[in-house]
Amino acid sequence: MPLRMITYSAATFLLTVLPPFLNAYWVDVLNNVGIYALLGLSLNIIVGHAGLFNLGHAAFFAVGAYTAAILNTSFGIPMLWLLPVSGITAAIFAVVIMRPVIHLRGDYLCIVTIGLGEIVRIALVNDILGITGGANGIFGIARPVLFGHTIRTPLSFYYLIWAFVLLTAFLFHRLENSRFGRALNYLREDETAAEGSGIDTGAYKLAAFGIGAFWAGMAGDIYAAKMTIIAPESFSFWESVLLFTLIILGGAGSIPGVILGAFLIAGLPEVFREFARARMLIFGAAMVAMMIFRPGGILPAQSRTYKLSDADGYRSGSPPPAAGGNEREGT
Amino acid sequence: MTAILSLRNVSKSFGGLTAVKDVSFDLEEGTITGLIGPNGAGKTTVFNLITGNQRPDRGEILFDGKVITRLPTHRIVRLGIARTFQTIRLFQNLPVLENVLAGCHGWMRAGAAAAMLRTPPMKREEHEAVARAAAELEFVGLRSRADLTAGSLSHGSQRLLEIARALATGPRLLILDEPAGGMNEGETESLIGIIRNIRERGITVLLIEHDMSLVMKACETIIVLENGEKIAEGNPDSVREDPRVIEAYLGTEDD
Repeated sequence: MPLRMITYSAATFLLTVLPPFLNAYWVDVLNNVGIYALLGLSLNIIVGHAGLFNLGHAAFFAVGAYTAAILNTSFGIPMLWLLPVSGITAAIFAVVIMRPVIHLRGDYLCIVTIGLGEIVRIALVNDILGITGGANGIFGIARPVLFGHTIRTPLSFYYLIWAFVLLTAFLFHRLENSRFGRALNYLREDETAAEGSGIDTGAYKLAAFGIGAFWAGMAGDIYAAKMTIIAPESFSFWESVLLFTLIILGGAGSIPGVILGAFLIAGLPEVFREFARARMLIFGAAMVAMMIFRPGGILPAQSRTYKLSDADGYRSGSPPPAAGGNEREGT
Repeated sequence: MTAILSLRNVSKSFGGLTAVKDVSFDLEEGTITGLIGPNGAGKTTVFNLITGNQRPDRGEILFDGKVITRLPTHRIVRLGIARTFQTIRLFQNLPVLENVLAGCHGWMRAGAAAAMLRTPPMKREEHEAVARAAAELEFVGLRSRADLTAGSLSHGSQRLLEIARALATGPRLLILDEPAGGMNEGETESLIGIIRNIRERGITVLLIEHDMSLVMKACETIIVLENGEKIAEGNPDSVREDPRVIEAYLGTEDD
């Protein structure tokens, strides 16, 4: 759809050239939007694509942030090197925790994730293993260094964060348009039919959590580097709710929708500061209106398209290792 | 004669109700077999046991000489048993073509990393899968509807789409649960042609059907269940004459 492409290009262009003309405060707001966009995109794999209700995403974000903060402050490992470490730690955490409960359906799984989020937050407050710094958190996290250049100002963080958002959107777009992405959609639509089509639904649910947590963990690393201080209160149940909300609002399963949702959830409240008290009221009303008038979100996911004409010229031998003689294939 | 599927003394009960009782039969490779019986005879339960949607309490199920009784459904599908459902189970909101691509999943290999990197094998595989899915749609006559959402198709077309999805898994045994359910006469006629073409491809077919004209026309062997027990097995003519079958369907005089 060309109109969409023009809009996205214009938005990307504005996001690239505009920030140097904004004051530090607004750049910082955009940085927060970027972090929410990263977290939203990662949660979108779980909620939007696989259709698994997760109201504990802040837990994975926290695991990533604390992993980076602890390793950085204790051993002086540079924050950007810790990016994959944070991701992998959060992913392993997610898969190990979710493995025994992954067969739960809908609401039941959702309740487990709420519990998980709270357990992680309370464990952090209680200074688990004596390494999380309790309610005060961890401070003195080093600034990230990229090619010998220390990232310090909001503007440099802006480009770091949004480059990462752009890369994430690019990679996740590819992921959506693949066997993996389709498998998640099948299990969202009908688990029994997905299993009956040869899809290991249990493994894919775990994989959705793994990838979602991996990205949330990396977002945690960037967040810790940006804040230089992290504390349990940044990873509350409320954060998980906001992330869930921004996906439903923007468009479940839609990358542009989720990024728009991040602007609405993290950006709009700053624009309308005077109405801060009415913020929740407006959110609530907006959500109700969305559910009634636009259940797919503001920018709903679009169907994938395939070039069937390519298939006509298809001649090479029999594609699958299909048992039995399937003479008709390739016709 | 090689049996592609064997049920050996399979039983299943739900609470106090015995749905399937000590059922045994063999399916010969490359045949079309009908499983018939009155409502509640346990036909769909037999299907669910074969495809691993439910586990038998007793007995063994062998596919191609291999015990599949305890395998999860997706493994059984990959071994070569595909099915359709009595109540249509399509991915209603997804395009018709993607519904068939679901069937391709089992023989595709690309994972998340390959998808993000768009590796050449991944791209080749996608291309093959789309071609295969298009070919299966062609086979059931739905090629021109590939871009529509599955939910927008007519009831009869949805049944055919389920068959296309099952065929895309590359099965050796196809299990159809009331494939003509909700179809009109013309659609049923063309379904019979499709079922025969499936057999021509070397795929064994096992089907449940209430439409007796379809069963009698399409099936070489018929197995009759009543109250979870097998009461008859044989070619259509012998089954039609079998007094126990007539009794099961029409009731005894003193009923």
